Amino acid sequence: MRPPSYWPFVVPALVVVLAIIIFPWVFTIWMSLNEWKVGSPTTFVGFSNYLRLTSDPRFIEAVGHTMVYTLLSVLLPLILGTFAAVVFHQKFAGRGFLRGIFIMPMMATPVAIALVWTMMFHPQLGVLNYLLSLVGIPAQLWVFHPATVIPSLVLVETWQWTPLVMLIVLGGLAAIPTEPYESAQIDGASFWQVFRFITLPLIMPFLFIAGMIRMIDAVKSFDIIFAITQGGPGSASETINIYLYSVAFTYYDLGYGSAIAVVFFLLIVALAAVMLYARQRMLWTEIASGA
Amino acid sequence: MNPSQVSPSQVNPSQINLRQVIGRIGLWLSVFVIVSPAILFFLWMASLSLKFEVDNAAYPPVFIPDRIAWKNYADVLASNRFLTYFVNSLIVTGGATTLALLVGVPAGYGIARMAAHKSAIVILIARITPGLSYLIPLFLLFQWLGLLGTLVPQIIIHLVVTVPIVIWIMIGYFETTPLELEEAALIDGATRWQVFRHVALPIAKPGIAVAFILAVIFSWNNFVFGIVLAGRETRTLPVAVYNMISFDQLSWGPLAAAALIVTFPVLLLTVFAQRQIVAGLTAGAVKGG
Repeated sequence: MRPPSYWPFVVPALVVVLAIIIFPWVFTIWMSLNEWKVGSPTTFVGFSNYLRLTSDPRFIEAVGHTMVYTLLSVLLPLILGTFAAVVFHQKFAGRGFLRGIFIMPMMATPVAIALVWTMMFHPQLGVLNYLLSLVGIPAQLWVFHPATVIPSLVLVETWQWTPLVMLIVLGGLAAIPTEPYESAQIDGASFWQVFRFITLPLIMPFLFIAGMIRMIDAVKSFDIIFAITQGGPGSASETINIYLYSVAFTYYDLGYGSAIAVVFFLLIVALAAVMLYARQRMLWTEIASGA
Repeated sequence: MNPSQVSPSQVNPSQINLRQVIGRIGLWLSVFVIVSPAILFFLWMASLSLKFEVDNAAYPPVFIPDRIAWKNYADVLASNRFLTYFVNSLIVTGGATTLALLVGVPAGYGIARMAAHKSAIVILIARITPGLSYLIPLFLLFQWLGLLGTLVPQIIIHLVVTVPIVIWIMIGYFETTPLELEEAALIDGATRWQVFRHVALPIAKPGIAVAFILAVIFSWNNFVFGIVLAGRETRTLPVAVYNMISFDQLSWGPLAAAALIVTFPVLLLTVFAQRQIVAGLTAGAVKGG
């Protein structure tokens, strides 16, 4: 079979991809080199938008927020998702149905979810403070206080995306042969020992993939943060993505916004590279295929 | 006798029983802990949506109200714009998913048969790129083309979400379908298009179902494209719900009802198409936006 004859199947998609993915990227890079504001003429300014980034305190602060938010939003779902996967790997009545309920948070419309969380975070009337009061913990301000806003948003993010980690790790658990478990059981290994010395090493590749996907999604998390706090109070939860939105679509400073978009993309790639470096044996294709 | 061949039944039976019982209790306790955040959240969401404002503003919170406010749902559904937004959502998601299947399924087939794995790098870039990055240039483009104010820009930009999902899942699927039938058909003189249309496509139906369901869900849920591109008449449901917040800060009942209506189709899909969703997410792990 001559490979080129399959090209006609790919051409329509190629046109679409060129138009909506490649063209925007090329154009974004061009715009980032210009002073480009809606309603005023554009002028070529070279790298000055990028230089402006280095001395923009709001951007630097946003990078810090993004890093904290991302780190927590990777680690917590990884830990909880692994625990959930180990549990869902066991056989019990109603497992399929309960798994369906468990994955609902990640499929539900994020804005709708965010709206209800906002009500639950309400300091006076929210159900969360009521639940805390039942166990004697004083009321919190949750997303309404600069010190607690990011952890509160991470709580939502974790609630939402732990299921994806669970599914990926569950796929890993299904691929583990049963022999090591049988001999461990006979040797009288405890549940923790079995997990620590048999399960964990074997699911490491899957944890890595889950961590990578989680990192990519958490860095660019938008809906939850925007709908609950819009980056507030003040700018306490303003991440790069939220700041990018303000610059581009509140101030319509499209040139500067484009520079932020480019740097943001490079930052995500850099974070991915660091993770890859930390685990060199994984390949790009494995990340994307999730297996 | 080799110790590793001792079967569990040869160990003291009462010990095993106790361990099993404790294990069972621990398992159910763990299941309860894991699943309850999701269950409690959606129950609370339903509870908020079915209570009158008096009950929603009560402290301590009212968990089971004396009176049920079906009116919250009636109000949302009867508001004159809700139907418009619902239809907008249907058109945008329907359009973007249909177009994505039309171009993405053949593309997945072609890429799988050519073993052109390097082309996947584009999908990867699309996967990593924040949705807002597409919006800046495409927003200008739509403005120049005079398309703002119609649903066309949203259908087009939702392709950013749906096309990579469909291509990615279809590559994976076509790689697993057998080549023998296709080769036999080619030898019999069928064209490549006929082979695709009559041999490969029918076998790929389950894969297409997975791609369709995920594309629909991630397009339906999309918010960021709508807040920039949608005007008053062209909002999709997530954007419409978000805009409700700014108008009535404290009417929780109708807000929760609207939120539940928006996400209900997706939750229903999650329950009934769980197998496809799990297959798609673990194989592709592709999410849009």
